[in-house]
Amino acid sequence: MLLERAAYPSDVSGRITRAEAAHVARLARLRFRDEELDELAAQLSAVLDHAADVEALDVTDIEPTSHPHPLVNVMRADEVRASLERDEVLAQAPSVDSGQFRVPPILGEAP
Amino acid sequence: MSPAATGREQALAEGWELVVGLEVHVELSTATKLFCGCANRFGDEPNTNVCPVCLGLPGSLPVPNATAVSFAMRLGRALGCEVQGAVFARKNYFYPDMPKDYQISQYDQPTSIDGRLELVDGHTVGIERAHIEEDTGKTTHIGGGGRIHDADYALVDYNRAGVPLVEIVSRPDIRTAEQARSYVRELRAVLLAVGVSDARMEEGSMRVDANVSVRPAGADELRTRCEIKNLSSLRSLGRAIVYEAQRHVELWTSGERPRQETRHWDEARGRTTPGRSKEDAEDYRYFQDPDLVPLAPEADTVAAIDAALPPLPAARRAELIAVGGVGAADAAVLVERNQDRLVRAAVAAGADPAVTATRVVNDLATDNWSRVTPDGLAALVAMETAGQLTATQAKQVLAEMAEAGGAPDEIARRRGFEAMAGDDLAAVLEEVIADNPDAWDRYRAGDETERKKLAGFLTGQVMRATKGKADGAAINRLLEQHADQ
Repeated sequence: MLLERAAYPSDVSGRITRAEAAHVARLARLRFRDEELDELAAQLSAVLDHAADVEALDVTDIEPTSHPHPLVNVMRADEVRASLERDEVLAQAPSVDSGQFRVPPILGEAP
Repeated sequence: MSPAATGREQALAEGWELVVGLEVHVELSTATKLFCGCANRFGDEPNTNVCPVCLGLPGSLPVPNATAVSFAMRLGRALGCEVQGAVFARKNYFYPDMPKDYQISQYDQPTSIDGRLELVDGHTVGIERAHIEEDTGKTTHIGGGGRIHDADYALVDYNRAGVPLVEIVSRPDIRTAEQARSYVRELRAVLLAVGVSDARMEEGSMRVDANVSVRPAGADELRTRCEIKNLSSLRSLGRAIVYEAQRHVELWTSGERPRQETRHWDEARGRTTPGRSKEDAEDYRYFQDPDLVPLAPEADTVAAIDAALPPLPAARRAELIAVGGVGAADAAVLVERNQDRLVRAAVAAGADPAVTATRVVNDLATDNWSRVTPDGLAALVAMETAGQLTATQAKQVLAEMAEAGGAPDEIARRRGFEAMAGDDLAAVLEEVIADNPDAWDRYRAGDETERKKLAGFLTGQVMRATKGKADGAAINRLLEQHADQ
């Protein structure tokens, strides 16, 4: 299981707290009012509840799987294919400068 | 005085030990990106090698590049790793350099684990893992004097987004700044030998981050580490490690402790400055990418990779040293420059190993040496060892061989470096002795210091008479022979 929930204490029923919702919102660079956070916490909790239902199943004899399809090594040859026209690409962007996407100043640096 | 000013690195304060692990990102030299058919090419016009996949447009699906996967496995085997079944994972974060808002990487099941790299000095550094991931786009901050925090806006070029990378994570086995540089040099040599990357730090196709901590000398513990970024040269790497280690020692000594964080190396100011506090792995919310199925290398795929691996630098150094007459330091330089085969072939053609190695190490320090053939080099060394060329003349002839090609005897003749036969040199020496009887007597009667002084004078006279064509070593031999008569 890749995603651990150890870092933030949830209440006994395993529900997501407002603080957890706020933390996830911060990672996604989103800002919410407290009542919105409470609503989102409830919705996220419902997702976890569903995961808990699945977790309750007995899977002792079932091989772990990362994927529903029994496929491995699906790859392509290293051959160049045409890229998109730059004008077409940049036409989608709200702001453009010198052939590049222009974005607001970013606080902090890339992770 | 700063380490840079003295040109030497200060040792850590008494009683402390440096603990360094390196994370090295290398761009693989494939024709296309990791998950799409856009060209993987440095220096193109911005945003000309982009498509729905590497722009993260909705509905696009990634398909792994078979050559990139094969390169990563080849590198893993060259680093002595176990190459295993692997799963791609999403590393989630929000930043405009990755338009999908996640980077596809490998997390708990990387392609390569548990390897090692043997350095020139014989020290071995463990490799924890080498995983495949995609590179990010390039962000340029505009305004604010180039300072990220004061920028007015940023421009993003996605040509680099999706370029295949392997991140090689070492164990914290590095104990000095010099060892860190030596590790990067060795890794680069391996990358070039197996042909999976051009590994140019200055172009960013090889990027090094250093995890630095200190501990009381002899202790086993691992203390809080800081990850140093923005190390664009081996010089920066060494300076940054020394600076950061001293900062940690000062903190521990004064009863404080370092914070685990990412720090940036400021080359101009010679110091590290804090970046963001390191997000925990769980903040990246890694999970297996549902768009990609696992990689499961067959045993015969790995066996074929092993069979096709070229001789690696450590083995090539050993082979060169085994020839006899070539020292460890020269062997390291020759292998790093890919000149070991040239030297071995010249030796096989009859050249003296020690002279050949010295000549090439000292006088062929250029990328432009493909015109020098083993036979030509062997002929040059033969002329030098036979006393037909002085060391100075041999250097000049070799330089011309590299520059314009040609046989050494022809070049020597054209430059007027005519062979000075032993008899002619003896005759010149007789004349010099006859003209300077007093100096000669003092030479014969003198102690070692006196002899050295007068040998210098007499050699100078012979050089003047021969217009510099005589070989200093040959004159010295003749002087000693004469004195003993």
